[in-house]
Amino acid sequence: MSIESIVKEFQAVAASPARQLDNYKAAGKKVIGVLPYYAPEELVYAAGMVPMGIWGSNTKTISKAKEYCATFYCTIAQLALEMLLDGTMDKLDGVITPTICDTLRPMSQNIRVSMKKLNKMPTIFLAHPQNRKPAYGLKFCIDQYTNVKTALEEISGAPITDEALKEAIKVYNASRAARREFVKLAGEHCGVITPTLRSAVLKAAWFMLKDEYTAKLNELNAELKALPVCDWKGTKVVTSGIICDNPTLLKIFEDNHIAIAADDVAHESRSFRVDVPENDDPMMALALQFAAQDYDVLLYDEHSSSNRRGEYVANLVKESGAQGLVLFMQQFCDPEEMEYPYLKKALDAAGVPHIKLGVDQQMRDFGQASTAIQAFADVLEMAK
Amino acid sequence: MAEMEKTAAPAQEAPAAPMKKAPKPVSPGTAALRKVVSDVYAAAWEAKKAGRPVGWSSSKFPCEIAEALDLAVVYPENQAAGIGAQHDGERMCQAAEDMGYDADICGYARISLAYSAGVETTNESRRMPQPDFVLCCNNICNCMTKWYENIARMHNIPLIMIDVPYNNEVTVSDSQVAYIRGQFDDAIKQLEVIAGKKMDPARFEHACECANRTAKAWLKVCDYLQYKPAPMSGFDLFNHMADVVTARGKVETAEAFELLASELEEHVKNGTTTTPFPEQYRIMFEGIPCWPNLKALFKPLKANGVNVTAVVYAPAFGFVYDDLDSMARAYCKAPNSVCIEQGVDWREGICRDNKVDGVLVHYNRSCKPWSGYMAEMQRRFTEDLGIPCAGFDGDQADPRNFNEAQYLTRVQGLVEAMEQNAKNKAAKEG
Ligand code: SF4
Ligand code: SF4
Repeated sequence: MSIESIVKEFQAVAASPARQLDNYKAAGKKVIGVLPYYAPEELVYAAGMVPMGIWGSNTKTISKAKEYCATFYCTIAQLALEMLLDGTMDKLDGVITPTICDTLRPMSQNIRVSMKKLNKMPTIFLAHPQNRKPAYGLKFCIDQYTNVKTALEEISGAPITDEALKEAIKVYNASRAARREFVKLAGEHCGVITPTLRSAVLKAAWFMLKDEYTAKLNELNAELKALPVCDWKGTKVVTSGIICDNPTLLKIFEDNHIAIAADDVAHESRSFRVDVPENDDPMMALALQFAAQDYDVLLYDEHSSSNRRGEYVANLVKESGAQGLVLFMQQFCDPEEMEYPYLKKALDAAGVPHIKLGVDQQMRDFGQASTAIQAFADVLEMAK
Repeated sequence: MAEMEKTAAPAQEAPAAPMKKAPKPVSPGTAALRKVVSDVYAAAWEAKKAGRPVGWSSSKFPCEIAEALDLAVVYPENQAAGIGAQHDGERMCQAAEDMGYDADICGYARISLAYSAGVETTNESRRMPQPDFVLCCNNICNCMTKWYENIARMHNIPLIMIDVPYNNEVTVSDSQVAYIRGQFDDAIKQLEVIAGKKMDPARFEHACECANRTAKAWLKVCDYLQYKPAPMSGFDLFNHMADVVTARGKVETAEAFELLASELEEHVKNGTTTTPFPEQYRIMFEGIPCWPNLKALFKPLKANGVNVTAVVYAPAFGFVYDDLDSMARAYCKAPNSVCIEQGVDWREGICRDNKVDGVLVHYNRSCKPWSGYMAEMQRRFTEDLGIPCAGFDGDQADPRNFNEAQYLTRVQGLVEAMEQNAKNKAAKEG
């Protein structure tokens, strides 16, 4: 298949998760909604079900969720609840609600309570440990994952065997490797893989069974590899933040000849940086993977007295050959907001120019963003 | 979490502008409680001067450990509340914003981060030495985790982290206890290094005894709000929060609360009260008060004879336990770490016991974990207790997020609904 036609398929999936849900259901599959962050999707896959990411929506407006949330919560969480309330997600057979930030904590309760009231799907609670590396942290993580596993088994009606889980881990590791490879290739072939296409390819992963997804992505990667490295005349940036999948916003980058060299985005690379060890105890392996997650605004850093994350991101910019960084700051996201001054410090120290774009998913007017990006393009040009 | 500036005039004592009245004399119990907090700050300065390490701690970090190791510890949340109450919150918040911290971040965190970076406060009673180590327990919020990491980075100092994951059930599981116990044991080891000595089990036991005694005395004080009329206003409890936060593990705190309890007992016996107006309605005040706007908060309540006789802090700070495991269990039950059912149960319990006629809910712009399921809670209060609820938008530390006109309207609405309820009840009974 040509690059164009594969990318089109990914674009179609990314643009209509509801159709994906319908298709999987029509094929007799059970589908489990997965809210951010770091839920062990491998368990869902091993149970023979389809995990489907719920990261809000770029086209919906908060309405029913207002019955549960005050206004000062991020749109990602509010719109996730909105879609669970308004019928968009009614075909789901369950939903996993992690609780790693202060918004998701009470949101897990709103979702559980409202789903029960409306007689909708069962909810599966997940609380990750922050002290994740010591033995007691691993143990707690395994206990939590075991709760998730048990709940999934109830929904699927069959036990999740170690064999199935080991297989799922392999499938997911392959998918993560393919996505990392794609990110690299997209950076090298930014003339072909524009910011909007890059986003669509990575976003589609949240709505597809990973074996299907990886097969298609490997195909794309092979096609990209066969191309000569592109002689990019524009500039390149690293993106950072929780999510930046809004096509209108990404189009502005294209209009200004800014390509994405790499990312530090929760919805993208942060979610596939770390593989699961393929060992004999798959539940422990999943916990070890979570323990190894690092450089994340959401996770406790045991070496917090140094500015590891800021420096990691600044290095990423240097190593990827980008000229600067664009931070997509989700409104009301205090974990991101809290880490901004130190990110800025590291970027400034490394001589990396950056802009902070305030965004939310109900953004419909991109005038201000457009002006900021345009101005930044000039700065980047000078940094080349 | 909030705990009040002990030296600030509580709202009901606040002078009506423009004439300045002399502050009312305080009871021996209240004076003793104020001294306890002042001593905590003084001890930290003394330690600093003597070259001993000073810690900054989150309000619900198990204080017993540092106490047993004789480490001087102060509490940024208490400091921030005090700074807010003395009207220096906005300036400090703005200073943090100038450093790049977003205005959406919790006001306590902003104030504390500004202070940590060297911005001095005009509230002299809340000045504290810069930290040599930080103690973070995120049972109240996860914002704490990164807030304290930021402080650790600013000063290049060790951070001791006790992570209490959010709990979806009313009971605390053995799994959670084991996880927290593991962290306690590590925290003790890390603090032994900082203190330069081994933990003496007898001293630890003593600190735990004191903390339990304080918790019990605190709960006893809170329980006096059950009487009709209440011998004090619930706003006083906010004032006394400072002691439960900064000095739970000290014998003086237990003694001061016991003294206050005996004073309240006296009031009940004599049918007197320190509430400066006749009590017509009784409400629960949900959430942390807006410290910078205490006068504005109190005024319409006083005008309408509305006494606050229930605050959720009361049961939420009574950590009572008898060994390390049950201590781990106790620290899992902070207001923002429990499931909605537990949260509702606590509140409805005190609403019933303390016989409230309505609920005033503070949608606190600073506190996302607290306000996040309040709308559903409000529905449950009304459904389960048959009492009206009203919500208002505010902020515990940043006065820019409080709208007095809206607050007045909401209080008025609540009073009218309580009035109607009372009439309906009378008609039914009559
Ligand atoms: S965007 Fe920020 S606040 Fe919202 S769910 Fe994600 S981490 Fe939490
Ligand atoms: S976010 Fe809430 S719980 Fe956390 S420090 Fe601020 S006020 Fe306290």
